[in-house]
Amino acid sequence: MTTTFLVVSSLVKVVVVLVITVGTFAPVIIWAERRQSAMIQDRLGPSRAAITLPASAVGFIDRARLPMWRLAALTGITAIVALLALTFVAVKGSNPLPLSTSALTATLVGFGAASVLLRVGYGVHGTIVRNGGKIMLLGLLHPLADALKFIFKEDFVPPKSDKLLFSAGPIIALIPAIAAFAVVPFASSLHWDYLNQVLPRTGEIAGPVVPMQVASINVGILFIFAIASTGIIGAAISGYASDNKYSLLGGIRAASQMVSYEVVLGLTLVPPFMVYASLRLENMATWQYDHIWGIFIPPLTLAAINFFVAAIAETKRVPFDLPEGESELVGGYLTEYSGMKFGMFFMGEFVEVVSLAALASVIFLGGWDVPFLYRDGFEFSLPFVATGFSVPLVHWLVVAIQFLFFLFKIIVLIWFQLMIRWSLPRFRYDQLMSLCWKGLLPVSLLNILVAGAFILSGWLDGWVAFFEKIF
Amino acid sequence: MAVEVKVIKKPERTVAEQVYLPEIAKGLGLAMSRFFKNTFGPKASKEIATVKYPEETVEYPERFRGIHRLTQRTDGSPRCVACLCCSTACPAQCIHIEAAEYEPDDPRYGYERFPAVFTIDELRCIFCGYCVEACPCDAIRMDTGMHMPPSTRREHFIFDKATLLSIPGRDGSYLTANPRHEPGDPSHPGVDRERGH
Repeated sequence: MTTTFLVVSSLVKVVVVLVITVGTFAPVIIWAERRQSAMIQDRLGPSRAAITLPASAVGFIDRARLPMWRLAALTGITAIVALLALTFVAVKGSNPLPLSTSALTATLVGFGAASVLLRVGYGVHGTIVRNGGKIMLLGLLHPLADALKFIFKEDFVPPKSDKLLFSAGPIIALIPAIAAFAVVPFASSLHWDYLNQVLPRTGEIAGPVVPMQVASINVGILFIFAIASTGIIGAAISGYASDNKYSLLGGIRAASQMVSYEVVLGLTLVPPFMVYASLRLENMATWQYDHIWGIFIPPLTLAAINFFVAAIAETKRVPFDLPEGESELVGGYLTEYSGMKFGMFFMGEFVEVVSLAALASVIFLGGWDVPFLYRDGFEFSLPFVATGFSVPLVHWLVVAIQFLFFLFKIIVLIWFQLMIRWSLPRFRYDQLMSLCWKGLLPVSLLNILVAGAFILSGWLDGWVAFFEKIF
Repeated sequence: MAVEVKVIKKPERTVAEQVYLPEIAKGLGLAMSRFFKNTFGPKASKEIATVKYPEETVEYPERFRGIHRLTQRTDGSPRCVACLCCSTACPAQCIHIEAAEYEPDDPRYGYERFPAVFTIDELRCIFCGYCVEACPCDAIRMDTGMHMPPSTRREHFIFDKATLLSIPGRDGSYLTANPRHEPGDPSHPGVDRERGH
């Protein structure tokens, strides 16, 4: 592997991570959070922001609709004819058309895809024309409008504040949230020389390997702890530098809350280390790919629940958002912030939500592992019966499916977090602390003992073997 | 007299409530069912109360007092006889009427007058509806079902006679349901200033 290749692939991975976190998920979560709350409360939520097309463009789109529909119908009929011919070949064994089977398959795939695309385009055009040339995208433009508003708002700095720390606070809060993504594996490693081949299911493969994570470092999860505890400094500094009592109280609350939950967060993840016998996140995902998902192992189920609670407290979101509890502290450490500085806190919070979801899915939900998908493609096998069928897939497709499934898991976990955010009322501060020190901490300490006993007694191996027999 | 003491029982919590997790699950379940019903459910079962305002509108109630209109006679002229009842009744003094006589050869001459100028300043109007109550001829009505359309110019809010005559009622009609008796109607001879009864 040449140095250039290494640099280029690393850059690509960094860009992918940035696009996932800052580019896609953070704005979409801002939209989804409000939309979700609206749906729970029988409202519509953000759906109004629109880009209006000029009337001439609308006219053009309107005129293009009918030809598109006709083309969709024509290509669809062609695809159906090819499908019928292929069925005929499969059933009778003879080809009714003067075309080879491979040409028929190509026709089916090509024309079928074109037909679907044209039909979708017809629908989209219809929606645009019906809205009078407004492109609304379900309200997804609202975050964009928010960002514009943030950028053009006055950047107010309290006159007696510590100017440097005041400006540094949001940056210190945002950067660690993104940096945590550096060690998260988002697919199994890519064998560069065999992209278009079906790989063997097991065994070593020669040639350059691209690990699908930005940095493969041996401390793995410890790096995330280190980075996450840096986030405390951002909140504490901004509270201190704001020259405001409420901000200071909010900052102190944030610091003490995050330090307390940091302890629990670390201890809840000890059972996973013991089971997976590694600190590297990619090894954890591979272990779960080889055996079963962590959440199905009893001590890890408890660890997963504890981890989720502690991590929500760590991200300072409802029901643990006491640092910004507006009923007591106006806006907590955010009180004096406005414009893009506030936007960066906001963004950091949402990126933390994403990285929490990514971590939980890597440690407990198998990461990029797709059920029934192996390195050579899908294989569905039924338990207790020796039947099954397999779909061999080329390597790049396998990796792409793993990546998409990983994103899917992240989305589900984010959705669950937002659901919690809109369902539960805020804790009182003493309740928060007693939950941490009297509830989660003893439970996770005990859980370590239980996990140790589980592994040493050999039950873990039996449990895993039992599950592997079923699936 | 003995003091009566009413013992109020402290509400008890079950173990499930004390553990908190089952209650969280219940709350989440409620919120989730709401979310799924309103997001993915069939349109009929959705209970979204929000209206996408400029595209969708909710009908105003039947007795809503909207912007005024001047009702017309069958020949298109205003029913208004310029009696100034409405402008007298108006607490905001937003109605300005200049009465004029018909030509002497007109059958309505001496029988009634007509408004040469009829102006309502919709910015001063408080939409109390007194003008409609005061009108003896059912000539001014507020049954348009429209609120004042927004504008950035004050001139747009001063409605003259032609504008007021051009606004239809909610049913699309420029007339009213009440019949009108023109001069010469034998069933309603009316009063004539020149000829007496």
